[in-house]
This record gives sequence, structure tokens and C-alpha cells, in this order.
Amino acid sequence: MSNASSKRRIAVAVARKDLTIEWNSRILVNQVAPFAAIVMVLFAFALDNDGILQRVAPGLVWLATLFSMLVVIQRSFTVESADGALDALRVAGVDMGAIFVGKAVALMVQLFVLELMLVATAVVLYGVEMTMVGFCEAIVTLVVATVGLASVGTLYGGLAAGARGRETLLPLLLLPAVAPVLIGATRATEAAFGSGGTTVSEGWPWIGLLLVFAVLFCAVGTVAFGPLVDE
Amino acid sequence: MDTVIELSGVVAVLGQFPALAGVDLTVQRAEIVLLQGPNGAGKTSLLRVCAGLMPIERGTGHVLGIDLATNREAIRSRVGLLGHANGLYLDLTVTQNLQFWASTVAATQSEVSAAMATMQIDGRLAGVKASQLSAGQRRRCALASLIVRRAEIWLLDEPHAGLDAAGRDELDALLRSAVASGATVVLASHERDRALGLATRTITIDGGGAA
Repeated sequence: MSNASSKRRIAVAVARKDLTIEWNSRILVNQVAPFAAIVMVLFAFALDNDGILQRVAPGLVWLATLFSMLVVIQRSFTVESADGALDALRVAGVDMGAIFVGKAVALMVQLFVLELMLVATAVVLYGVEMTMVGFCEAIVTLVVATVGLASVGTLYGGLAAGARGRETLLPLLLLPAVAPVLIGATRATEAAFGSGGTTVSEGWPWIGLLLVFAVLFCAVGTVAFGPLVDE
Repeated sequence: MDTVIELSGVVAVLGQFPALAGVDLTVQRAEIVLLQGPNGAGKTSLLRVCAGLMPIERGTGHVLGIDLATNREAIRSRVGLLGHANGLYLDLTVTQNLQFWASTVAATQSEVSAAMATMQIDGRLAGVKASQLSAGQRRRCALASLIVRRAEIWLLDEPHAGLDAAGRDELDALLRSAVASGATVVLASHERDRALGLATRTITIDGGGAA
């Protein structure tokens, strides 16, 4: 069996395993999604003005995504360290690049579901309106931004997994690193929502930036994940 | 007999500390070798060297014919190292855990079923989450993962730890059964009397060297 085929098989197995763990434990549904919804409601209480909420809705959606993502990533690596599973995979010589891809894909699926829920919450709570073209642009933004977030999240999650005080270390490492995604995704979503008089066409350059970030961190993560976890 | 581990004058360093200071060791296929010695003697380091996890600084070593100095990463997929943790996913069932390990090496469902039957974790236990298993059942599940991975050498660090008397008896029987199937076992254990009854050969490690 070829090396590429072996890596693909391992990546699929890891992604399926992480999604099965989520299905068995329902942490995303029972804890993370309610947490994200509460954040959105609290933003609404804090700003308490429909005009302002509609204007800043894209930024609030992505801030809520980032906060919730921290919980999902912590969870993703807690299941690996609880009984030494990631260490066992490393000891068994399982390809770490393939593990990175598998974990990132599982994280993408979970984040995408969460983001769809947050956009729906923004539409209902903040009174956001979208055209069909804007809706399509929002979906493209979600997909591309999610690839970037999941890649960098998996990389930094693996880095923090073996460190002392990892619960506090992860936000410190991750949030500055995903600032470009926050900026790009917020601008692209503003264009998709038509917030502040922006047009849909203004969003595509930002999606291009998100794409560059996603490709960069996918490549870096696949190469660097193994050595970082070994350290 | 077929030599599976051959170390000569192996020196390994853990940070600044010499963990192994000139170890000579030869292990034949289908042996059960007990490493004994006080805490800090180098038993765990020796197991990690044999698993290809620790580099050797001096001396020569071959595991399954693979040179430890030049290609130790290639050893990892052919040996199984089981330390204090079991390497299980606690939110997955026994079957799901073993199916995951099987998929990393392209093992079949029939191999998974056979490993579960060998380790007596089939039937009622198959659908139980690892978090709900007893310590002994988790240990059996971890050993089943070594079978599924087709590990040729089992490197076990304190395998009896956390098991009750019945669990220890079962583990010993399972290790004998694995050896009868062609596996080789090298274990470090503080359960001296029990391990002596199990092992076909005993090697004493002291001060980082085999005595």
C-alpha cells in the first residue's frame, strides 16, 4: 500500500474517531452550542440597539466562534491526553501529519455546524437580512475561514496539549494567531450581510486573504505538528 | 532461535543524565524476559530504546533486524510499548477503540473480533465505553490493541499495576497465550514473585547497565 494511501486512511480514521467521540459525548450540542448562543444573547443585552447590532453582527458572530472554538479545541486534545492516546499513536509510529489532517477535518465539521448556528442566531436575534448572493458569499466565507481556524487551532492545540497550564496557554497562543482570520472573516461577512452599506463584491478580496491563510496553515500544520507534539 | 533484540554496549542519555550505561541484551523470539531492578535503574529507558523512542549515544543495537542508530523510527510500527497509560479513548466503546487502531494499520474486522475474543473483552463488554471499564478490563483492551496492531514485540512497563489478583492471573495467561502465538514479551515489573513465575528469563538492571 502506498504511503499516500496509508496517510489518507489514517486521516480518515482519526477524523471519524473524533466525530464518533463527539457523537457519543454530545459535548458540542449540549455544552458548546448553548455557550455560543449565550454569548450572542449577552452581546445583544450589552449593545441593546437594533441598528448597532445589525452593523456589528459579523464581528460578534466571529468573536463568538473564536470563544467557542477554544472549548472545542481543548476538548479535542483532552480526549487525546486523558489516557495517553496521542502518546500511544506517536509511540506506535502513526504518521503525525495524517493525524493533524484528521483532527483538523473533524474540527472543521464541528466548527462549521457551530458557525451555521451562530449566523442563524444573528439573523433571528439581530435582525440581519441577506440577499441570495450574500448568502452564498457567507457560506463561502464560513467554509474558507473554518479551514484556516481548524488548521491553526489543531496546530496550537497539539502544541499546548503537553504543556503545563495548557488551559490558559492555548488562548494566549491561539487568539493572536487567528487575528487575521477574525479580520478577514468579519469583513467578508459584513459584505455578505450588507452591513454598513457594504456590497457583496467587497467581500471577495477578504475571502482571498482567508484562502491564503488556510492554505498556509494547512501546509505548516501537516509538516510541523509531529515535531511540535514530540517536543 | 531467531534473535529479535540485540544490544551491545548501548549508552542512552536522558537530558544530562545517563539513563543507560553500556547495556548488553539479547532477546530471542517468543521469550518472556523480565527486567528487574530498583527504581531509576534504567528499565523504562531500556524499553523506550527498544521501542525506538530514545536515541542511543554509543554502542550498537538492532531490533527486528533494524538498526537503532540509523532507522529507529521504522521500529515503532512493529513493536508495542504499553506504559502506565493504556492509550484508549475513554468516550469510545471497546469495539470502537479497537476498530480505530485497526484502521491505522489496515487490519480487518475479523482481526479485531479475534483480538477481542483472545483478550475476553467481546460479548457484553464490546459495547461498553472505555471510561466505564475496570482497570483490568482497560488493560486487556490495551493489550488487544497490540494484537490488532500486529506488534511483534510487546514492551510492557509495570503491566500488573492497578490489577487485582484475578486480573493479574488473567494477564499472565494472556501473555503466555500471546507468546504461544509468536509474540515476544519484555516486561519491567516490581511484582517480583509473580513476574519470575511468568518470565522465561530474568535480566537485572542496575545503575543503567545490565548485570
